[in-house]
Amino acid sequence: MLEIKNLHASVNGNEILNGVNLTVKAGEIHAIMGPNGSGKSTLAGVLAGREVYAVTQGDVLYRGKNLLEMAPEERAREGIFLAFQYPVEIPGVTNTYFLKAALNSIRKHRGLEEYDAVEFLALVKEKLKLVDIDQSLLNRPVNEGFSGGEKKRNEIFQMAVLDPALAILDETDSGLDIDALRIVADGVNRLRSKENAIIVVTHYQRLLNYIVPDFVHVLLDGRIAKSGGKELALALEEKGYDWIKDEVENPPVHF
Amino acid sequence: MSTETNVIEDFANREYKYGFVTDIEADAAPRGLTEATIRLISAKKGEPEWMLDWRLKAYRHWLTMDEPKWPNVNYPPIDYQNIVYYSAPKQKNRPNSLAEIDPELLRTYEKLGIPLEERARLAGVAVDAVFDSVSVATTFKEKLHEMGVIFCSFSEAVREHPELVRKYLGSVVPSNDNYFAALNSAVFSDGSFCFIPKGVRCPMELSTYFRINAADTGQFERTLIVAEEGASVSYLEGCTAPIRDTNQLHAAVVELVALDNARIKYSTVQNWYPGDKEGKGGIYNFVTKRGKCAGVNARISWTQVETGSAITWKYPSCLLIGDNSVGEFYSVAVANNRQQADTGTKMIHIGKNTRSTIVSKGISAGYGQNSYRGLVEIKKGATNARNFSQCDSLLLGDRCGAHTFPYIEVKNTSSRVEHEASTSKIGEDQIFYCKQRGLSTEDAVNMIVNGFCKEVFRELPMEFAVEAQKLLGVSLEGSVG
Repeated sequence: MLEIKNLHASVNGNEILNGVNLTVKAGEIHAIMGPNGSGKSTLAGVLAGREVYAVTQGDVLYRGKNLLEMAPEERAREGIFLAFQYPVEIPGVTNTYFLKAALNSIRKHRGLEEYDAVEFLALVKEKLKLVDIDQSLLNRPVNEGFSGGEKKRNEIFQMAVLDPALAILDETDSGLDIDALRIVADGVNRLRSKENAIIVVTHYQRLLNYIVPDFVHVLLDGRIAKSGGKELALALEEKGYDWIKDEVENPPVHF
Repeated sequence: MSTETNVIEDFANREYKYGFVTDIEADAAPRGLTEATIRLISAKKGEPEWMLDWRLKAYRHWLTMDEPKWPNVNYPPIDYQNIVYYSAPKQKNRPNSLAEIDPELLRTYEKLGIPLEERARLAGVAVDAVFDSVSVATTFKEKLHEMGVIFCSFSEAVREHPELVRKYLGSVVPSNDNYFAALNSAVFSDGSFCFIPKGVRCPMELSTYFRINAADTGQFERTLIVAEEGASVSYLEGCTAPIRDTNQLHAAVVELVALDNARIKYSTVQNWYPGDKEGKGGIYNFVTKRGKCAGVNARISWTQVETGSAITWKYPSCLLIGDNSVGEFYSVAVANNRQQADTGTKMIHIGKNTRSTIVSKGISAGYGQNSYRGLVEIKKGATNARNFSQCDSLLLGDRCGAHTFPYIEVKNTSSRVEHEASTSKIGEDQIFYCKQRGLSTEDAVNMIVNGFCKEVFRELPMEFAVEAQKLLGVSLEGSVG
C-alpha cells in the first residue's frame, strides 16, 4: 500500500528526515516510535502533504502512485487520513456540516453519489457506536471548546466516517487519560481490517497495549534505526532509546 | 512567502457576475446639480409644491455643508457637477401592469434572479424594483392592499399618500442630517414606501431590488418604512450595478419608524460593483440608514451583508426612544482587493430599559481595508439600558487591514455596556486541516468564513441567507487559493 524509499525532508533548510525506508501492506499496523525531535511528526506531516516540509530526496509510492506529486486534498480523497496531534478548531462550522462536506468531496472524487442529509445522518449514527462520543459533539463547532480527550475522540470519529485506506495517527495518545486512551484504541481496533493499514506514531508504549502493532520501528535522527515486532516496544519502554543509539553508533561486530 | 499568502493571492480572481449593461433608452437629466435640476426631477415626478420645497430646502442646506472627512477611507474628490441626477428607462406611458413593462428590463431582473411575476407569487415575496431612478414594478400590491399594507414606489406614495409621507419623511433622518443625506433629500429620485397599519403583521417579506444601469448616474433612493402600533414587517433589500470603470455614487437614505410594540426587520444584501482588482471603478456607497423606536417595546433590527462597493460608508442606527425598546445590528462587511469599508452602527439609548445588540463581522482580503465604527450612547434618562457589542475581524493575507473605532458615551450609571472584540487570521493550520479531510482550498476558505459569519447569517431570512453565503464565497473567491 505504501512504500517509502530513502525519504529526506527538511523544514526551513534543516534536514529532519534523513533517509527513511518503510513498507506498509494492507491489513498491517505499524508503530513508529522515537524520542522527541526524531522526526516522527515530520514523517506524518510529509505523508499528509503539509506544505512546510520540503522533500529533498526519495520517493513515496501509495497504491502505485507517486504520493509526493499529489496535493493534500487529493491524498485525502485517495484514502489517506491523518489524525492530528493538535486538532484544529473551526469556529462556527458544526462538526456534522464539516464532516458531510469532507465525505462528499471524497465520494465525488471516487465517482460515488454524494450523500444527502438523511443518508449522512444514518451513517453517522452507525459510526457513533464505534467511538464512544457524545452525540452533542456533532452539532458543536469543529473542535471548538472540546476537551483534549474530546478532540482526539473526534479525530477517530472522523476516521470512522471517512473510512480511510491508510490512517496515520500522530501521537493520538498524548494528553489522554487511561479511559480515553482505551476508548480511542477500541475505536481504532474496530476500524482495523484486511483492506486498510494504520501507522501509529507514538512516544509511549502505553498505546500499543491497546492497539497491537504488527511492526514497531524506532526513528532516530531522521531514519529508522531499528525495526521489530511488538516486543520491541516493550524493550523500549524498559530500556529507553539509548541502547539503540549505541547499537547504531557501535554496531555489533560479527565474526 | 508562505503558501497561505499564495493561496490568498489566487483567490482574488473572480469576475463580477452582475456587471452586464441593459441596452435601454433612458430619459435623463443633463449632468450637474442646480436648483433647476431639482425642479426638473420634481416636475418629472409630478410632485406637489410641498415636496419641491422640501427638496430645495435640503439643497440649500447641502450647499453650506462639507463632505465628511473622518471616515477611514481614501478616494479622489467627487465632482458633483459631473453626475447625472436623474435617469429613467424611457417608456411611452406609465405601466399599469407587468405586461406593459419593457421586456428588456424584465429580462435584466430575470438575469439578476429577481422574482417578479409568478416567481414572486411562489416565493411569497413582494418586490419593488428600482432601476436607475425609478421604480419599475411593485408586485403583489393588491394582496397587500386588502390588509391595509401600503407598499409602493416612493413617487407613488407622494402622489397617493401625501399625508403619510409628509408626516414621516425626514422624521428620522432630517434633510440636514449629514452631507449625503442632504444631497439625497434634494435629488432623491425614487425608492420604496411601506406602511403597515396598526396591529397588522405583514403576511410576506417585502423586498426592493436596486439596480444602477446608466453610466455616470448617481442613485439616490429613499426608503421609508412605518410600522404602526403592534405592526410588524420584514423587509429585504438587494442591489447590483454594471461594471463601469468610473466610480458611481450611491447616496441613499432609509428611515424606519416603529411605534408602540411594532417590529421592523430590515435585511440588506449589498453587492454593488466593487471595482476591479486595481481599484478602478466601483460604487461609492454613502448611505444613511436609521430607525426610530418611537414607541414602547418597539424593536428594530438591521442585518446587512456588505460584499460590494468600492467604498462603503454606512451606519444603520437605532434611536431607542420608547421604554423597553430594542435595537439590533448584525453585519458582515467584506473588503477585498482595493475595497474600503467604514461601517458600523449607532445605538442611542434614550428610553428606560432599552437594549441593543451589535454583532459586527469584518472580513478583509487582498488590499482591502475594513473599519468598524460604532457609537453606543446612553442618555441620562436611559435607566437600566443595556448594550452588548461584539466586533470580530478576520484577515485573509497580510496586506489587508482591520480597524475598530468603538465610541461609548454613558450618562446613566445604572446602565450596562459590554464590548468584545477579536481579530483573527485564517490560519494555514485551519486550511490544511480541511484539505486533509478532502476539501479544496476554496471550499475550506468558504467554510471557515461562513463559520465566522454564522451569527449574522442566522438573522437573515432563509433564502437571503443562502444567497448571502454564496455571495460571500464569490466575493472572496481567489483571495485564498
